[in-house]
Amino acid sequence: MTPAADPPRHLFKPLSTLALHFRPRRVAEKTLNFTLTWGLGGMATVLVSLQLFTGILLKFTYAPVPTQAYASLARLQEGYLFGQLVRSIHFWSANLLVVVVCLHGLRVFFTGGFHLPRRLNWVVGLSLLILVLASNLTGYLLPWDQLAYWATIICVSMLEYIPVIGSRLQQVVLGGHQIGPATLRSFFAMHTAVFPALIVMLMAFHFWRVRKAGGLVIPRSPAEEPDDNPAMVPTHPDLLLREAALALATIAGVLVLSLLYDAPLGQPANPGLSPNPTKAPWYFAGIQELLMHFHPGVALLIAAALTIGAFCLPYLNYNEAPAGVWFASVNGRRTARAAAMFAAGITPLIIILDEYAVRFLTLPPGLPQAFSHGLIPTALFIAAVVGLYVLLARKFQASRLESVQAVFVFLVVGWVILTATCVIFRGEGMKLRWPF
Amino acid sequence: MKPSKIKTLKGKKPDEAPDAISRRSFLSILWSALGLAALMEFLWMTFSFLRPAKPGSAENQANTVIHAGAVASFAPGTVTAFQSGEFYIVRLDDGGLLALSCKCTHLGCTVPWIEKEKKFLCPCHASAFDITGNVINSPATRSLDIFPVIIENNIVRVDTGKRIKRGNFDPKQVIYPPKV
Repeated sequence: MTPAADPPRHLFKPLSTLALHFRPRRVAEKTLNFTLTWGLGGMATVLVSLQLFTGILLKFTYAPVPTQAYASLARLQEGYLFGQLVRSIHFWSANLLVVVVCLHGLRVFFTGGFHLPRRLNWVVGLSLLILVLASNLTGYLLPWDQLAYWATIICVSMLEYIPVIGSRLQQVVLGGHQIGPATLRSFFAMHTAVFPALIVMLMAFHFWRVRKAGGLVIPRSPAEEPDDNPAMVPTHPDLLLREAALALATIAGVLVLSLLYDAPLGQPANPGLSPNPTKAPWYFAGIQELLMHFHPGVALLIAAALTIGAFCLPYLNYNEAPAGVWFASVNGRRTARAAAMFAAGITPLIIILDEYAVRFLTLPPGLPQAFSHGLIPTALFIAAVVGLYVLLARKFQASRLESVQAVFVFLVVGWVILTATCVIFRGEGMKLRWPF
Repeated sequence: MKPSKIKTLKGKKPDEAPDAISRRSFLSILWSALGLAALMEFLWMTFSFLRPAKPGSAENQANTVIHAGAVASFAPGTVTAFQSGEFYIVRLDDGGLLALSCKCTHLGCTVPWIEKEKKFLCPCHASAFDITGNVINSPATRSLDIFPVIIENNIVRVDTGKRIKRGNFDPKQVIYPPKV
């Protein structure tokens, strides 16, 4: 083959060989199915790249000082060509990134992508999710408008309820005793240096573990046996072209969204006036909704237990490891559906009962708050989760994997409903309302 | 350190230069210890660097005591907000004074005084507090924090540097101006 005979190929050859250097030469044909991955991991990568690109541009114009931050953003939006657009892209890809990373995690879980040899990568992926949330939260404060200021106060005040180390931790995060210039400086440093560096490093590790595991799980139906010799196709062009198309589609989507809807910039922060209602950023609204119903210590304990539980998911000694089968088995699909319906029914019911009828928190009267708001709801919560697990094992003859999956579905659906309740269905004074 | 084990790992006979091998492992342990010490130094440096300054330090002291006004300017049964946005001066019906923090003890929002309903009402999560700062409506679990009130020559001062957390209102927290 002479280079002159095929100039375009010659032109792109360094690029494609570079890409192949990171990727295996061949991948299993079935892993290219869009309905296996939904392109979520690729989308997350593209969104992180967009974040880095727009974030660096923003860094040239932003002043991380309380007296100038808001004005510098206002100036960016009015005085710079594409200033508003760059900020909107940063805003939308940040929010989409949280959604996409969560969906990616759910996809991996429900296709059994967390069993050996992919166990460690589940842990890496969850760490990435936490870093993405931390980046989002630290970025939320930077505009220094009313929304940013009070949402940050709410989130940082939650820290105070952590036993023993809470107040100290809060002081470290704030860089002092209250929110001020030191807070903005440290949030800016975390947001623009520490978290991006950690995210990029962990992403590299995440991708390397995918390759070490021999690529993605190979999709199959519950009845099929795992295929030891799957049909392979060359990575270039079969996989790379699909990835390029997905990347361009993602970028186009973010651009359209950013052109249609500007990133919000409200009134400048006013420490003397809390807006009504004041809500945490949407990805922490689930915790805030828990705080409406539980003693703050208990709400944080539940959130912490769920996080630790998520990290432990791959290490629970399952008897089977059905990688590639959606929801593990036929019985797994039934139990997952039952758990989802149960959660979708009982969560709104408890929220509405607590709001209008029973006020569980004030029952029984006369007991100290640690009991009525603390121990009793905790016991109820643990009883519900354990009860669900036992019920599934008995009634559906569910295996451990199927039961754990169903409890996971129950908690995820419950969490989504809590989040939606706080974001959509709470209005003035955090009272329930019908927004439509 | 077990020289015999290292020797078998290296595939050497027990009588062959045991000193050289234990020196090697000794040195690698030494280097690891030094590396660990260097790591600790950097961690220590990082933590000391990021630890916030103490609020009670001398340079801050002067700025935290705020001159609130003459005792007579606070009528009994009233609540006065201060521009600094940090505290209210409450004059109880019996003439006693309290400096209440504006920060809701639930999640840190600023609580306005609702004169019509005679209570502090948090706009964020609907916690309510009475005039002494006691909780009358959850989710807040503690009374509003207070600051020390100092009365000298009929002038009220508040030390905003010393936030006092409390479970409930206690009559001992009220400061009474001296009878003239």
